[in-house]
Amino acid sequence: MKLIIAVIQPHRLEQVKEELYKEDVNLITVSEVLGHGRQKGVTEVYRGVKETGNLLRKIRLEIAVNEDFVERTISAITRGAKTGKTGDGKIFIMDLPGCVRIRTGERGSEAIG
Amino acid sequence: MFFSVRNLIVFSVFLLASSAICFAGDAPAVSIDSGDTAWVLISAALVMLMTPGLAFFYGGLVRRKNYLSILMQCFLAMALLSVQWVLFGYSLSFAPGTSWIGGIQWFCLRGVGLEPYTDYAATIPHQAFMIFQGMFAIITPALIIGAFAERMKFSAFMIFTLLWATFIYDPVAHWVWGVGGWLRNLGALDFAGGTVVHINAGIAALVSAIVVGKRTCCDKYTIAPHNLPFSVLGAALLWFGWFGFNAGSALGANGIAVNAFVVTNTAAAAAALSWALIDWIINGKPTMLGTISGAVAGLVAITPAAGYVGTGSAIVIGLLSSVFCFVAVTTIKHKLGYDDSLDAFGVHGVGGIWGALATGLFASKAVNPLGADGLFFGNAHTFVVQLGAIAVTAVYAFLGTLILYKIIDVVIGIRVTEEDEAIGLDLTQHNERAYTMLE
Repeated sequence: MKLIIAVIQPHRLEQVKEELYKEDVNLITVSEVLGHGRQKGVTEVYRGVKETGNLLRKIRLEIAVNEDFVERTISAITRGAKTGKTGDGKIFIMDLPGCVRIRTGERGSEAIG
Repeated sequence: MFFSVRNLIVFSVFLLASSAICFAGDAPAVSIDSGDTAWVLISAALVMLMTPGLAFFYGGLVRRKNYLSILMQCFLAMALLSVQWVLFGYSLSFAPGTSWIGGIQWFCLRGVGLEPYTDYAATIPHQAFMIFQGMFAIITPALIIGAFAERMKFSAFMIFTLLWATFIYDPVAHWVWGVGGWLRNLGALDFAGGTVVHINAGIAALVSAIVVGKRTCCDKYTIAPHNLPFSVLGAALLWFGWFGFNAGSALGANGIAVNAFVVTNTAAAAAALSWALIDWIINGKPTMLGTISGAVAGLVAITPAAGYVGTGSAIVIGLLSSVFCFVAVTTIKHKLGYDDSLDAFGVHGVGGIWGALATGLFASKAVNPLGADGLFFGNAHTFVVQLGAIAVTAVYAFLGTLILYKIIDVVIGIRVTEEDEAIGLDLTQHNERAYTMLE
C-alpha cells in the first residue's frame, strides 16, 4: 500500500479529478494549503506596506492506493495537473503500513478500495 | 418616456404658477418644493447605494481569488464616473444641444445652479436633478462588469468604462431624456431607465462576453459562487436602492412616486417567487441564487413601467420577467456559447427588453393620466414606439461597444494573461487578497 500526496495548482483540481475518475481512482481527500516552491510568490501591498514572497494557494491531494494502482494514479495526476510552467507542483509517494475502514473494521488492502 | 410626463407636469406647474402671477402679482414663476427636493436627494442617495449593492451581488458570485477585483471595479466606477459626470457627462447628456448629443455649455456644472431648471424638474434645484441623474450614470456602466468578470485587465476596465459612459451612455441618455433628444420627441415611454440603463448595459454586456471571450476552463467546469450570502446582501441592497431609482424618477414626493414604489416592490416580489417556483419545478429545489436573480429580474422589468402601470400589471410583469430571464441564462446562453459570467445580459438585457415591451402593453392612463395607454388598453401605437426605441438602443449599444473594445484591444489589450487569470485578479491586478488562510 502506498500513500500518494500531491500538491497542485488550485485551478487544475477539476482536470486532475477527471483524470483520476478515468483511472477508477475515486477515493481522494482534498485540502487547501499554502505553499512556496520554485515559483516565486506574489507581492501584496496593504496601504503602501509591501509584503513580498508571500505564499501561494495550492491544493493538496491525499490518495491511499494498493500497489497495482500506484502508477496509474501518478500518471492521472500528472496528466491533469501539468501545464508545463513552474508551479505545477509535486507528487510524493510513501509506504503506507496500515489502513482501517471504520465502518466495517476491515484492515489493509481490503480497506483501501 | 418619463420626461414627456415630466414636461407635462412641469408645464402644468408652470401654468399654475403663471396664473398665480396673474392673480397675485409678484409670486415667483418657479419655486422650490422642500418635500420634492428632500425626496429626490434621498432617492439619489438610495441609487448611489445600488452600486456597492451590485458589487456584493456580483462579488459573491465570482471565485474568491477575484472577489476584490469586482468590488474594486464597482467602487472605482463610482469614483471615476462621479467626476466624469460633473465635468462633462451631465452636459453631454442633458445640456440643450442637437437631437443626438447635448451641448458642452454645462462643462464643470457651469450654469447648473441651485434654481430649478424647468425643462427637467420645476420644483427642485437643478443640481438635485443633476446628482440624481449622476447616480444612474454610475450604475449603468457598472452593470456591464458582470459580463467580463474574472478576466478583464484593470487598466482596460478603466478606459472602457470612461469611454463607454462618454460615447454610449451619455448620447443615449440624451436621446431619451435630454431636451430635444430624438427618442424623447417620438414619445417612447421609459419611466426610470429601462432603455437607457438596462437595455443599454445589457446589450453592452452581451458584446463584452463575446469580445472578451470565455474564462479559461469555464467550458467544462461550472464555477461555483464563492459566497452566496454576499450576493443575497447585494440583492437586498439593490431592492432597497431601487425605490430611489424608480420612485425617485417621479422627481417629486407625489402620487406617481407612490405608485412607482408600490409596483416596484410588487414586481420584485412576484419575480422572486416565480424564479423560486421555476427552480423548484425544473431543478427539484428552490434555490437562494435563483430567488435573488428573480428579484433583480423583476426590478429590472418594472423600471420603465413603474410610473405607468397598476399593481395587477406589476405582478404579471414580475412573474413573466423571471420566466424570460430563466430561459436566457439557463438555455440560450449555453446554446449560443458566450460566457456572460454573472448574467448581466441574461438579467438586465432580457429583463430590460421585456420591461420596455411590457410598458407598451400594460401602460394605462387610468394609472397616470400624463402617460399613455398601452396595447392592452387599446393603443397599439405605444407598443410600436416601444419596439422602435428598443431596437435603436440595442443596435447603437451593440455597435458602439464593439468598436470601443476593438480600439482598446489594439492599444493596450483587454484581457489578462492566462497565468494571471489562474492566480486571480485580486493578486495580479491589485496586489491584495480578499481572504487570508492563516489567521
